[in-house]
Amino acid sequence: MALRLRREHAAQIQAHVEAGYPAEACGILLGREVDGVKMVEGLHLVPNRWANPEEQTHRFFIPPEEVRTAEALAARRGQEVLGFFHSHPDHPARPSAFDREHAWPWYAYLIISVEGGRAVDWRVWQLTDDRSAFEEQGLEIVEDSG
Amino acid sequence: MAVQILIPTPLRAYTKGEKVVSVEAGTVGEALRALTERYPELRRHLFNEDGRLRSFVNVYLGDEDVRYLQGEETPIADGQTLSIVPSIAGGSGWRSGRWITRP
Repeated sequence: MALRLRREHAAQIQAHVEAGYPAEACGILLGREVDGVKMVEGLHLVPNRWANPEEQTHRFFIPPEEVRTAEALAARRGQEVLGFFHSHPDHPARPSAFDREHAWPWYAYLIISVEGGRAVDWRVWQLTDDRSAFEEQGLEIVEDSG
Repeated sequence: MAVQILIPTPLRAYTKGEKVVSVEAGTVGEALRALTERYPELRRHLFNEDGRLRSFVNVYLGDEDVRYLQGEETPIADGQTLSIVPSIAGGSGWRSGRWITRP
């Protein structure tokens, strides 16, 4: 159940999370699932809307209206919301218990560790059906024509 | 009242692939209960252990978030549509859950 990302989208995500440092930055992944591979074909970059700005270094929030906007955008293109990305500034690219409480299975959760302002580690996670754990998934970055 | 509930992609695995589920209900709460009675595996992804809607799970009646109406008590008119929409919250933090990393 890999996530496939084109280099142009990886570059956009990198710029977004590095610009957001030291706050967490986030966005929505749009595309298609083919033979179990989630192929990202577009991004919906969103601001971190966590209410308390002082906590944005370790918390993020994407409100439901942004998800609805992304779902509508995806539907017009024959795509769907495949998942979400967010950064962990100066922390590993592993989901927290807080992440797990706020997740659904199937979605791809891409986490990028940003150390000192540089994106250094990218990992994709998926919640298990019983909500007990996140399982790491494969991440493929392909050339833009791929 | 017949109400249609739109099922988001991640939850269709628990509705036998159905994108739209039609139930009979007078309120939003009744509709969600009817849905999870028909598809019990959905319950834990919508409700927490206390039986309350998970904080990141949002329900829209048409274009209105029911939190800004009457919540689960919001009445439904015949033919209206409910959507289940996640908000996404999270972030780093060291009280971490269980991880299964790839070999």
